[in-house]
Amino acid sequence: MTVTDHSQATADKAHSHGIIPDASRADRPTSFDVDAFPVPSGREENWRFSAVRDLKPLFADEPVDGHLEWTVPDLPAGVTLAQVPADDARARTVRAPGDRASALAVKHSGGAMALTVAANTVVDEPITIDLRGTGADVRGHLLVEIGRSAEATVVIRRTGTATYSEYVSVDLADNAGLNLVLLQQWEDDAVHAGEVVARLGRDSRLRGSVVTLGGKVVRLNTSAAFAGEGASVDLFGLYFADAGQHQEHQLFVDHAVPKCTSRVTYKGALAGATARTVWIGDVLIRAAAEGTDTYELNRNLVLTDGARADSVPNLEIETGEIEGAGHASATGRFDEEQMFYLRSRGISEEQARKLVVRGFFADLIHEIGVPAVEESLLREIELELEHVEEELEHEAAETAGE
Amino acid sequence: MTTAPAHTLEIRNLHVTVETPEGTKEILKGVDLTIRSGETHAIMGPNGSGKSTLAYSIAGHPKYTITQGEVFLDGEDVLEMSIDERAKAGLFLAMQYPVEVPGVSVANFLRTAKTALDGEAPKLRTWVKDVKTSMENLRMDPAFGERGVNEGFSGGEKKRHEILQMELLQPKIAILDETDSGLDVDALRIVSEGVNRAKENTGLGVMLITHYTRILNYIKPDYVHVFVNGRVAEEGGPELAERLEAEGYDRYLASA
Ligand SMILES: Nc1ncnc2c1ncn2[C@@H]1O[C@H](COP(=O)(O)OP(=O)(O)OP(=O)(O)O)[C@@H](O)[C@H]1O
Ligand SMILES: [Mg+2]
Repeated sequence: MTVTDHSQATADKAHSHGIIPDASRADRPTSFDVDAFPVPSGREENWRFSAVRDLKPLFADEPVDGHLEWTVPDLPAGVTLAQVPADDARARTVRAPGDRASALAVKHSGGAMALTVAANTVVDEPITIDLRGTGADVRGHLLVEIGRSAEATVVIRRTGTATYSEYVSVDLADNAGLNLVLLQQWEDDAVHAGEVVARLGRDSRLRGSVVTLGGKVVRLNTSAAFAGEGASVDLFGLYFADAGQHQEHQLFVDHAVPKCTSRVTYKGALAGATARTVWIGDVLIRAAAEGTDTYELNRNLVLTDGARADSVPNLEIETGEIEGAGHASATGRFDEEQMFYLRSRGISEEQARKLVVRGFFADLIHEIGVPAVEESLLREIELELEHVEEELEHEAAETAGE
Repeated sequence: MTTAPAHTLEIRNLHVTVETPEGTKEILKGVDLTIRSGETHAIMGPNGSGKSTLAYSIAGHPKYTITQGEVFLDGEDVLEMSIDERAKAGLFLAMQYPVEVPGVSVANFLRTAKTALDGEAPKLRTWVKDVKTSMENLRMDPAFGERGVNEGFSGGEKKRHEILQMELLQPKIAILDETDSGLDVDALRIVSEGVNRAKENTGLGVMLITHYTRILNYIKPDYVHVFVNGRVAEEGGPELAERLEAEGYDRYLASA
């Protein structure tokens, strides 16, 4: 097992100072021009933990003609889903892409799909959109636009398989509320690079949940930038990597204005040799962002030998006038004391492991706030746990054979 | 008193080591102790003498290595059993520092443990009633059922939760490692009543590890063992506890 914890912080002993990267996160380029981003080699700061080799098809500046199959429910009044021509799509995107894969996604997507919730529209039921890959090369550009004082829950579920890059622009007008759930339930061979960029207007509230279970390689880069005071963002992530899977989640919360709140909570489990996860959480509190309150947490549970989790929190603070700023990061194997406690009550090792993993994810699953999704996730995690048991049996057999 | 079947936990010449940064360290240096159903054995000894090591070793904690000796429960070799098999055989350890298991509710934990011990799920209606009654007896709010195991429990609440488990899981022999430490008098009485109920109802045999004679006013010991430097230094009846309280352990330490 290799556990690399760059934060050197633990969940129990949270550090409230960060590791400052060489360059400020604010200096990263953004552009619609693909040539602003050279083909990543894997040595760049933002690609250094990435599965660059598998992502390579997504760096090629060539048109593709594949698409995902969209299944869209009947949309309630005030909600529309429409094809938007390329020029218009760019104009409505909250900011230019931040890396080559997403710049190419915009360039070759042939326009965007825009999901728009009109001002003052409050949608109670979750809007669930299914995107199914059929093995093609696909580039996607998606706009999610929540009007002033509108509120909605949007679930986007990806299944099937694809070689897919996407750019998702999330625009919250003043006082808007959005619960956005992105489910990566791909088949085992999908390759997915996505950039999700949110702009939060004054007093707006974004809850973003990312759940990555499937795919060979998934790399999601989520940014949230505050454009008005009094806004809040809660970003939750749950991932479970099996053998052969590479799951990377990068986050950037940009506190550019005063009195905004951000919470980032990501938890992952890894099982099987070559299972790999990466979490990079950047928070920038700019000089103007007085009264900021931010906290980010990443925890990883390494269930078997040979898996590797990287966890890199970065906190840049340019003003002292803040409410609070902290982060915690911890990566470890099963807690021996927890296992002993459960087993000393007669619970078998296998069942104890399952209880601990379910418990590890329990609060996070509950945060998703969409009951149907929560239930299906609990089932998915049960399936993952069955795999873990197979892996461990395999591990035990190999040890015995040595 | 009901005529419960008699069970015997036999510890013979137990030697235990732990791995430390400075190398292997022997903690238990030949412990002999026999506990039968219905008996209460108080174990008293200075800090660091190895009392918790004894408790954990019997329960099968992986940190401890048995280098010599034997432990039998009704003639079955306990040291051959896995941790959960020991619980199934009828052993229970109330821990000095119960462990938090976040996200696993007390209700789920208790039901899972009971099911594992019995080999089948308990009848729902009687089980719910049993849990409710035991929680009431221990003055635990029903809301504890929905909380994570020991998550954010106070010291006293953790100890009551240990005794709740003991009542519901009905072991043959229970090892209580400083269950009384840190309890105020009211909590001490509540916890002691729980232990006495279990003795009354199931003929529980108890190894009661403690630093204080106060609990012995509530749970009457049949035997008192003075534990010093990894072994039993002296054995006697309840009167020995009184003497320890008055004189301390200096007498034993000097000769150790
Ligand atoms: N992992 C370990 N590494 C080093 N020393 C250890 C380890 N575990 C136990 N010990 C030592 O073994 C000795 C016995 O510890 P133990 O916890 O059994 O004592 P105790 O009698 O229960 O003490 P207390 O009354 O304070 O609870 C102590 O000196 C302790 O420091
Ligand atoms: Mg102790």
